[in-house]
Amino acid sequence: MSSVHRLKTPLTVDDLEKLKAGDKVLLSGIVYTARDAAHKRLVELLKRGKDLPFDIRGQVIYYVGPAPAPPGKPIGSAGPTTSYRMDPYTPILLDAGLKGMIGKGPRGKEVIESMVKNKAVYFAAIGGAAVVIAKAVKKSEVIAYEDLGPEAIRRMEVEDLPVFVANDIYGNDIYKMGVERYKID
Amino acid sequence: MREINVSKVKEIVKKLCIEANYYIGKDVIDRIEYFLEREESPTGKEILQLLLDNYRAAAEEKMPICQDTGVAVVFLELGQEVHFVGGSLYDAINEGVKEGYIEGYLRKSMVDDPVIERKNTGDNTPALIYTDIVPGDKVKITVAPKGGGSENMSEVRMMKAADGIEGVKRFVVDRVARSGGNPCPPIVVGVGIGGSFEHSALLAKKALLRPLDDRHPDEKWAEVEDELLEEVNKLGIGPQGLGGRTTALAVKILTKPCHIASMPVAVNINCHAHRHKSETI
Repeated sequence: MSSVHRLKTPLTVDDLEKLKAGDKVLLSGIVYTARDAAHKRLVELLKRGKDLPFDIRGQVIYYVGPAPAPPGKPIGSAGPTTSYRMDPYTPILLDAGLKGMIGKGPRGKEVIESMVKNKAVYFAAIGGAAVVIAKAVKKSEVIAYEDLGPEAIRRMEVEDLPVFVANDIYGNDIYKMGVERYKID
Repeated sequence: MREINVSKVKEIVKKLCIEANYYIGKDVIDRIEYFLEREESPTGKEILQLLLDNYRAAAEEKMPICQDTGVAVVFLELGQEVHFVGGSLYDAINEGVKEGYIEGYLRKSMVDDPVIERKNTGDNTPALIYTDIVPGDKVKITVAPKGGGSENMSEVRMMKAADGIEGVKRFVVDRVARSGGNPCPPIVVGVGIGGSFEHSALLAKKALLRPLDDRHPDEKWAEVEDELLEEVNKLGIGPQGLGGRTTALAVKILTKPCHIASMPVAVNINCHAHRHKSETI
């Protein structure tokens, strides 16, 4: 039976050792948002040996391009985007110390291997449950690449953000396990 | 000849952009409730319930169901006795999209050059507009915001007549299987068969506009839809791809005559944020 964990960012290896693919996590603390265009820039910086706009060690990146905040709210709807598009950029960010990612949909082989090597995890948020997720976002500010609009990097403070462990540090993958369990031949 | 000022079209498009993004159709809620009762995966059940909570929260808070408020796909059924005045019809539609996306706090997801610059246009224009000329003096406007994640899992295949109905079924099921958790299951599968290369894709998109609880008027195709839904839901992908029985809410097919040499088949996948709203002037 899957467990429920409450975790606070930044994530430590101790935190991650407890997590198994399929577990539910209520995540609190700071997460940084980045999707396709921001990933491209982050990886260009790393390749040139430059500093990133935030210290990535132990941090969690949330793949999201939120809707604009309506008056009186910290953020608009803010569900995850599809993660495989970030796969080409992910191993280099994991090597730089990234410990967690939040998105939706399965990851490629290289990313899964890099997660095992670097002891990092990938969480699945519920795609399309964007208003429920926005309610877990307490603060949000753009910290880099404002020109990218919805694709800018935001520093978000979240409280009890509901996610599921999709890939743990042991190489397990809920996207494979789930289908195997429920597939009817 | 009936005169319609394009400013009226602009106002309706604006309203439909906002309403389609805030308020899900009852047919979607009904389908999710139906599958929630039957879902065997505890995680799958929890996700389906969360989606229902999210539809309710979106309507209450007047916020978009999903942050991906889509490309604005606009369908016009244009009565041939209508004459538009007051400016360009397509400019008015784009103005409506712009105002709707800005005033409704919807995300702007369009980039200008698709490859090289990819600069956000800032107002979600241009809309993708499809016009059918029909008899009469009315105009039906449909706005169907379409998310990128599910659109990316769609495909057109030029099949052979020899592939037959079994080949078509295998293609549809295989397309859903290869999509896995990417398009935000539970999905709606739109299938367009016949016409030509580009026409099959448009048929697939139009198939997504059918109410989820309708039945194909041609019984042989209705049976194919039923069978495909059953096959797709045996894949085990489940809500969000985390495993379960509810991979698709419906499979909808539209067909057209085609060339003796051809059998084009298009699969257009939509996520559970299955949005479209219409109004007739």
